[in-house]
Amino acid sequence: MSNVALEHITKRFKDVTALDDVSFSITHGEFFVLLGPTGAGKTTTLRVIAGLEKQDHGDVIFDGVNVNKYTPADRDVAFVFQQYSLYPTRTVYENLAFPLQSPLRKWPKERIDQRVKEVAEKIHIAHLLHRKTANLSGGEMQRVALGRALVRSPRLFLMDEPLSNLDAKLREALRIELQHLQKTEGSTTLFVTHDQIEALTMADRIAVLNQGRIVQIGTPYDIYDRPATTFVAQLVGIPRINLLPAVRENGLLNVERSTIRLPLPTDRTIPQRFLLGIRPEDVRLAPDGDLRGEVALTEPLGVETVIHIRSGQQTLLSIAPGITDLKIGDVIAYSIVRERLHFFDLDGVRL
Amino acid sequence: MATIELQQVEKKFGDLHAVKPMDLTIHDGEFVVLLGPSGCGKTTTLRMISGLEAVTGGRIILNGRDVTWAHPSERDIAFVFQFFALYSHLTVRQNIAFPLQAQGESKETIRQRVAEVARLLRIEHVLDVKPGSLSGGDRQRVALARALVRRPAAFLMDEPLGALDAEFRETMRAEIKRLHIEQHATTVYVTHDQIEAMAMGDRIVVMSDAVVQQVGTPAQVYHDPANLFVAHFIGSPGMNLIKGRYAAGTVHLREGVSYPVPDFWVSTLNEVLKGEGDVILGFRPEAVTVNSEGMPATVYATDLHGGYTMLHLDLGGEEIVHARAPRSVHYPIGTAVRFALEPAMVRFFDPVTEKAIVREVTA
Repeated sequence: MSNVALEHITKRFKDVTALDDVSFSITHGEFFVLLGPTGAGKTTTLRVIAGLEKQDHGDVIFDGVNVNKYTPADRDVAFVFQQYSLYPTRTVYENLAFPLQSPLRKWPKERIDQRVKEVAEKIHIAHLLHRKTANLSGGEMQRVALGRALVRSPRLFLMDEPLSNLDAKLREALRIELQHLQKTEGSTTLFVTHDQIEALTMADRIAVLNQGRIVQIGTPYDIYDRPATTFVAQLVGIPRINLLPAVRENGLLNVERSTIRLPLPTDRTIPQRFLLGIRPEDVRLAPDGDLRGEVALTEPLGVETVIHIRSGQQTLLSIAPGITDLKIGDVIAYSIVRERLHFFDLDGVRL
Repeated sequence: MATIELQQVEKKFGDLHAVKPMDLTIHDGEFVVLLGPSGCGKTTTLRMISGLEAVTGGRIILNGRDVTWAHPSERDIAFVFQFFALYSHLTVRQNIAFPLQAQGESKETIRQRVAEVARLLRIEHVLDVKPGSLSGGDRQRVALARALVRRPAAFLMDEPLGALDAEFRETMRAEIKRLHIEQHATTVYVTHDQIEAMAMGDRIVVMSDAVVQQVGTPAQVYHDPANLFVAHFIGSPGMNLIKGRYAAGTVHLREGVSYPVPDFWVSTLNEVLKGEGDVILGFRPEAVTVNSEGMPATVYATDLHGGYTMLHLDLGGEEIVHARAPRSVHYPIGTAVRFALEPAMVRFFDPVTEKAIVREVTA
């Protein structure tokens, strides 16, 4: 059963179409990520679901019920923003208890107290409960903001780039905790981000959004291994996928302006001219490799080294484990993992 | 051509020590990165080298000449900032030519030098447009070109890629490095991004709390961090650092979890800890193999990073071990596993001084 569904949502702001026929559904307990660049329509989608923005066309369905006419309060969703909107003069405890003190809930004090402590424990802020939020670090404040959404056990969490303002180390730590928490709580979550690592690492499924349209929906493996377009292919993966113009020639795949020749795939029809996508980890340095190239640049990252391999006028990025002692100008042998090649037509659509 | 020496250089703003006395020699043609979190003193150090900031103490020597009190313009150093300051009413060509005109160079020299630097940075096709119509990456290339065209003795770059989005940052990172390799101009580069520092630097100066924590090659700061700060800061995620107690060849990590120390570490640990003592065990995520032997843990989370998977293992007591695994590996949360460590990649730290314990190599 789908918990939340968007059906053919279109939203215009004057002449600008922010969302263009957007449809997807989020299953109960799913961690669903909307991934896209700035201006793709991610935040507008969240606001339409929350009822903060009214769509021009289409329906928002919760558990089979059309909620188009529901007010934001009636929709029972919790928002976590990039900017933590906390009450600065109140304690962490008061901030967490606030959403539970609504007269509609009629919760006794003891029940509120129990729930606040339970959530605080879970997100590791129990030791901060009596501190004023104004005195917390950025990471602590974002935990409290998360906690405030969590205490209510809403139908749906809407998270709008909640980790973007944190430094790299904190983002990494919170990403792991958020994933753990979501999985163990089973809370249905829609998480919006422009950061492909956040999407790949946390999502059960990802919807890639570009210019108000859904480009692809799939698991992280689907998105990474079978990108629907060159846009998606380039959006995920560090370093970026190699995307090279290629032609069919004498029964071979010929990368233009290079010496790279590969057998053509037999399982699909390839047009005369096309784009070849190769992930850097699928370009492997090997003494017995069938291809030759020259080292144009090396970038040691510690765990691995990015090697720029020049072949003719093309440069191919490759990843080798560890820190290599390759020098610029070295001639190296390498091979390309054939079964992991990506083929796109000249419009960028996967073949 | 430039060699830059910092001798006991320090900076105080009132009571605040922004940079504690530091010594550093930057060799001719070297690419040195000042790396650290915000507020660590890296930008202040760069500004002192440029002369934009006066030192509180110490000396700065440029090519053997004391320039501690020399005006920025007398240092023959070009500064590239994070925010590309281009003249919007001038074309790209005029923007690049500007510093040469200010120096009174001949028209012919200016034409040649602009053409040369435009070719190097691949911006020949935009020379006659105004900066306003360029992408962020092209604008930063123009800013670089304007710094390069002067052929200064040294470049100082303050987070020049900080304002770019991720994909451009990756491209520009490689281009600046390629440029450096072609030109071999001495470069001091400031960043808070450890990946950028590793990828670009010949040597990295890791700073924290106004103090230089370590100076070393990317391999040195990655594999042999001088202290806990460097171990944690370098790498994504950083080094796994687990508290334990050493005795008789074994580190006890917690109840029922202990790590038998590799033989080649035993004599060093026995000597340094005088037989027994608290220690921090350090190892990179790629040193971990999850298999049927070794230390017990439960899976806390599993994430796909595209080409590989990162496993997060709960050792108990809120201590999480990060382990790099092939992309096909996936465990549900809560799965009980065991893990082993690659002996050559194991490090030890003193929990009090936070410094690395250096292994004595016996011949």
